[in-house]
Amino acid sequence: MEGVEKIEHVHGHHVDPVVEYQSLKFGMWLFIATELLLFGGLFAAYTIFRAKFPEMFAEQHLELNKPLGALNTAVLILSSLTMALGVTSIQRGKPKRLALFLLLTILLGLAFGVNKYFEYSAKFHHHIYPGTSIFFSLYFTMTGLHMLHVFAGMALLTTMLVLTLRGRFSDKYYTPVEVSGLYWHLVDLIWIYLFPLLYLIA
Amino acid sequence: MDTKAHADETINHITPYRIYVLVWVTLMVLTVISVGVSYFHFGIFNIVVALAVASVKASLVALYFMHLKYEDKITWVFALYPLGLLALLIGLSISDVFFRAVVSP
Repeated sequence: MEGVEKIEHVHGHHVDPVVEYQSLKFGMWLFIATELLLFGGLFAAYTIFRAKFPEMFAEQHLELNKPLGALNTAVLILSSLTMALGVTSIQRGKPKRLALFLLLTILLGLAFGVNKYFEYSAKFHHHIYPGTSIFFSLYFTMTGLHMLHVFAGMALLTTMLVLTLRGRFSDKYYTPVEVSGLYWHLVDLIWIYLFPLLYLIA
Repeated sequence: MDTKAHADETINHITPYRIYVLVWVTLMVLTVISVGVSYFHFGIFNIVVALAVASVKASLVALYFMHLKYEDKITWVFALYPLGLLALLIGLSISDVFFRAVVSP
């Protein structure tokens, strides 16, 4: 409430940086909640169909490439690390180091996408499509929606990289970097559940 | 004044590189464990172990990488409430699958 009064006093200009920081971060957490519920519908569908057709899931998940899935998990976890290190860098007033970590994070996201491209190609090559079965319908929908989020995250981080190179961030102001980082970690978080549910079920 | 002090504390919190690297090492070890376990067949325990390990990993990502550990209560509320809704959605759906009486046409 205190913050709202302040914004009105200055006619919308020069928003208190503390208020801006807190509301942007809070807004991203709200958005993350809606994202979790978006994927939640698919997780619910997964649970129902797996309970109804356990044999189908046990049999057909063997078609998935477990080592490639594990590699992609490692790639995404490493990208979360580079993102987190980037935030610490700018908090310590090192924009060049932030730029480097952002670039690494984007490249790791790209590596994830390339891996996924090869995985999808291999499936199509074996005539496995989203319409093949309920399991593969879920597989393609869940990983496909996740892939879209990886692309969105890469676009966001590329914007942050450009802004960093233009000297927009310092140890005094890095809110957009931290908030974009939250989104990137969410993408990692969802994959942390997708990987065992799709690739590692017995 | 109190909230202002808390805000400054939240904003000024800088996680050292070392902590992030430690969290990353833990996440990698947990990944290796969950992949390793999947090569053995323990029946129902496979999915229990897989989901337990995934949840520990997700918590580490949220607490450290996403700084949830240093956030205020209201952020915690909005981070946890979708999990409650998900539990409701999945719990009620699964109870329907298991307990729906078969109606003969």
